[in-house]
Amino acid sequence: MLSRTADHLFWMARYTERAENTARMLDVHVQSALLPQGAEAMHLGWRGLLGISELTAAYTERHGEIEADKVLDFMVCDTGNPSSIQSCLRAARENARAVRGAITTEVWETVNQTWLESQRLLAGGVGRLDPGAFFEWVKYRSHLSRGVTSGTMLQDEAFHFLRIGTFLERADNTARLLDVKFHALQSDFYGSTNGRVQEHDFYHWSGVLRSVSAFEVYRKVYRDVITPERVAELLILRPDMPRSLAACMMAVNTHLQAVANPQSRETLRRAGLLSAQLQFGRLDDIMATGLHAYLTHFLERINDLGAGISQDFLAA
Amino acid sequence: MRFYDEMTSAGGGVRPHYEQYAHWLAQQPPDTISAKREEAELIFRRVGITFAVYGDQAGTERLIPFDLIPRIIPAAEWKHLEAGLKQRVTALNRFIHDVYHEQEILKAGIVPPEQVLGNAQFRPEMMGIDLPHHVYAQIAGIDIVRAENAQGEGEYYVLEDNLRVPSGVSYMLENRRMMMRLFPGLFARHGVAPVAHYPDMLLEKLRAVAPPSASEPTVVVLTPGMYNSAYFEHAFLAQQMGVELVEGQDLFVKDDFVYMRTTQGPQRVDVIYRRIDDDFLDPQVFRADSAIGCAGLMRALRAGNVNLANAIGTGVADDKSIYPYVPRMIEFYLGEKPLLNNVPTRLCREPDSLAYVLEHLPELVVKEVHGAGGYGMLVGPASTQAEIAAFAEKIKVHPEHYIAQPTLALSTCPTYVESGIAPRHIDLRPFVLSGKTVSIVPGGLTRVALAEGSLVVNSSQGGGTKDTWVLEK
Repeated sequence: MLSRTADHLFWMARYTERAENTARMLDVHVQSALLPQGAEAMHLGWRGLLGISELTAAYTERHGEIEADKVLDFMVCDTGNPSSIQSCLRAARENARAVRGAITTEVWETVNQTWLESQRLLAGGVGRLDPGAFFEWVKYRSHLSRGVTSGTMLQDEAFHFLRIGTFLERADNTARLLDVKFHALQSDFYGSTNGRVQEHDFYHWSGVLRSVSAFEVYRKVYRDVITPERVAELLILRPDMPRSLAACMMAVNTHLQAVANPQSRETLRRAGLLSAQLQFGRLDDIMATGLHAYLTHFLERINDLGAGISQDFLAA
Repeated sequence: MRFYDEMTSAGGGVRPHYEQYAHWLAQQPPDTISAKREEAELIFRRVGITFAVYGDQAGTERLIPFDLIPRIIPAAEWKHLEAGLKQRVTALNRFIHDVYHEQEILKAGIVPPEQVLGNAQFRPEMMGIDLPHHVYAQIAGIDIVRAENAQGEGEYYVLEDNLRVPSGVSYMLENRRMMMRLFPGLFARHGVAPVAHYPDMLLEKLRAVAPPSASEPTVVVLTPGMYNSAYFEHAFLAQQMGVELVEGQDLFVKDDFVYMRTTQGPQRVDVIYRRIDDDFLDPQVFRADSAIGCAGLMRALRAGNVNLANAIGTGVADDKSIYPYVPRMIEFYLGEKPLLNNVPTRLCREPDSLAYVLEHLPELVVKEVHGAGGYGMLVGPASTQAEIAAFAEKIKVHPEHYIAQPTLALSTCPTYVESGIAPRHIDLRPFVLSGKTVSIVPGGLTRVALAEGSLVVNSSQGGGTKDTWVLEK
């Protein structure tokens, strides 16, 4: 397969996944705004959200003070923000269009339709009127895109590079979500033992779980109250939890092995190591390192991995 | 001026090959048709069958209007067209080979040497290079129009040969797919010759012209990129043939072989179906500022390690100044009478013709041989006496710069327009494929001028397309 083609496929999948994850995070924020909570907590929430995506500076430059409506617009339909949902959907579509010969007609039509439809929806003002419905729609289009990919594509290199893009992006997004939720609200969390409102933590953590479709999974796995440690364990180490770091890295590893070439040995070694460490790691050790330090290091490592993949396969 | 209508005869009756369709059409409630039109537009958008608009912001894409009423060609007419097209393209390929080798047709005085050698499309770099099966134009798009003759019959004329990078075949294929999706019942009762095997046929021809050293030839489609107006077609054809769609940056030449950069390292390329003009192909030989070509391509070609479709330098045979000689080429190379008419063209360089042209200017179209896009042209019926007199003087000074043709009355076909169904002018571009042998899928792309009275069918000028049905009996 052409290196350029692989590159477009990789990014098509990454942007699709990024749009979905952004929609998931925004959805949780919009929903938690329905709960009684102080203006300060809300503000912190939106700030954290911009922090996850490393967009605080870009936002401030454009809009100044943090206001819910403006953050929402910035993250949903601002085409000047390359990480907004609309920008991601457009980038996914442009990448798909550049390689429409390498994907099935169904995959192309799905991605193209998503982009066309998103323009129509956003022009109709759904981003403001009913953001929840829009986020739901983005999620389902992403599900559809993945389903059509696995349901119609030959499992050749094209398929593997799509998968690598999806899971690398997902690992990145899950790690960022965890980092911000633990780091930014650490004081709240540690404060809870000193008589802080227990319900607040419940809504906080159930929001995190819902944003990665893990609320019901958590109940099923632990059959117990929600604790931050278990949330971390579920989203980092559980290999059977589809959005956990372990599951993502195992998938990246598998698909990388399928496309290995003579110069990719080091990249494969690193991916394998990372995957193994997640597979055999223990939460105690991670907590001993400190979650924030652990996640920061993890993000660095998958960033390196992305660069390695790019160098070994995509730039050739 | 009277126009030949494809569906309705001069007396107002429906022509036999349209009877069944006309009957069906009359039974369709109007809202069914308008619903189908909307459905077609929606599907075309979703599938992304669009063309990019130049000069507009990158990414602006438009649909080419699609008309639901097919252009129908009876079996016997097609048989004649097919034979004529094969004959013509065979002769044109022989001509290009000759021009870049012995130049016998020039020596025989049939085509004036300066018309060929002085032509900007003549590529001396191609002299003496032997191509597989001596084929230069593997893909030829021959533009055909129909006009009424003296007997009141519709007669086909070749208007133009396109031997460089003719486009439009993806619309031929998608239009058919759309019609079958919208009106499956129609096809069941009509016996329409299928066209969907075109990509297969194209791949076979491309593999047939691979360098003899390539046992399992690798074919690629070379595109200028996704912002090219015909990008959809490039991607479509690559996908339908199951070959890589490459850009210039994906290719490189090493030791006179062409390779593409892949995830598994360099891979050899044997045949390039290029959708880039000659000028941009190889910056080492042609335009040095080309960023969409591949340096060293010409070297690899000369070494016989790669082949291009179409070959470099085919433009020497589809030029306006060469067109009038095509019937004579057919006689010269094949010893046959041409089966298809040229539009009767008079070369003002010939004294008899010059006299005739000067006498009949008010009814003729006079074109400058190297002109394009209607520039330097006289349309007699639309010009004043003063204009005609002034033009006559210009012709007298340089008669060799001009050709003259009668003003053509393009045939019409019923078409959906704002006010309902009305006749609109059409043309036809069949695609003729040459490899070891010459083949054509039945039909081609029918273009239609949507504005009333307009004879301009180009998509950039608001032209649309129709499905083209060749009946099997």
